[in-house]
Amino acid sequence: MMNKILSKKLLFISRHAPYGSSLAKDALDAVLAASAYDQQLSLLFMDDGVFQLLKNQYTDQIAQKSFAAILPVLQLYDVNLIYVHRESLEKRQITINELVLDSVQIIDSAAVSSLLAQQDQLLSF
Amino acid sequence: MVPFLFLPHRLHCICSIIRFRYELRITMIFSLAIYTAPYSSQASHSAYRFALALLENGHSLYRVFFYHDAVHTASSLTTPQQDEINFTHEWQALAKKYGIDLVVCIAAALKRGLINQQESIRYDKTTFNLAEGFQISGLGQLVDAAVVSDRLITFGN
Repeated sequence: MMNKILSKKLLFISRHAPYGSSLAKDALDAVLAASAYDQQLSLLFMDDGVFQLLKNQYTDQIAQKSFAAILPVLQLYDVNLIYVHRESLEKRQITINELVLDSVQIIDSAAVSSLLAQQDQLLSF
Repeated sequence: MVPFLFLPHRLHCICSIIRFRYELRITMIFSLAIYTAPYSSQASHSAYRFALALLENGHSLYRVFFYHDAVHTASSLTTPQQDEINFTHEWQALAKKYGIDLVVCIAAALKRGLINQQESIRYDKTTFNLAEGFQISGLGQLVDAAVVSDRLITFGN
């Protein structure tokens, strides 16, 4: 099982829109599971993954939980390093005040590449 | 005289080649995360081929984590046509030969109808279909694979 001595920098990358596929939800489940293992976690939303962050998501008619309701849970699990790719937001004309999380760090492509370079492992979803 | 004069240089070259070949032999611990159902996309086949390649090159494979639609890979009921590859059998054979941990995510598996005997009894089902050589476990095993391995490679997203 888990080797407690090792602490690695793990970055979860979520690049899929919510609901259409369960990958977005599966990414979130993996992040929440990882939060129990004393690792240095961070989470990056990019490409269509930025749609998960929209405030106004109403899922009553599709029998799924709203990401707008689930994402704030991340802070309760001490997942505080949350990054959003600026160009992905701009391409989809999403503004910062439309996002459900107010503690995210909006970073450009250059910052994304240096963020990736700092990690021990990338978990891509 | 000329070839003789070049000899030290040639020796140095040969030494460098030997050293270079030796460095190539440094092995790494890999783990794979697979998300796609077998046959639906190339990714699950690529994952298997990648596993084969790394093992044949002397690296080690710590764990293969089947998540999302990839849980179907672990079904003992998988019955492809005779001229198609049987991924369930291929992974089983590889795991047996090299001692690899084949782990299926429990949450992803159960909701897709992939279940082992223990869970089958717990949920009062009439049967189970987890193929031999695969284990059902939690997402912690994916995190553990990321921590223990030098490289975690994702297939299928």
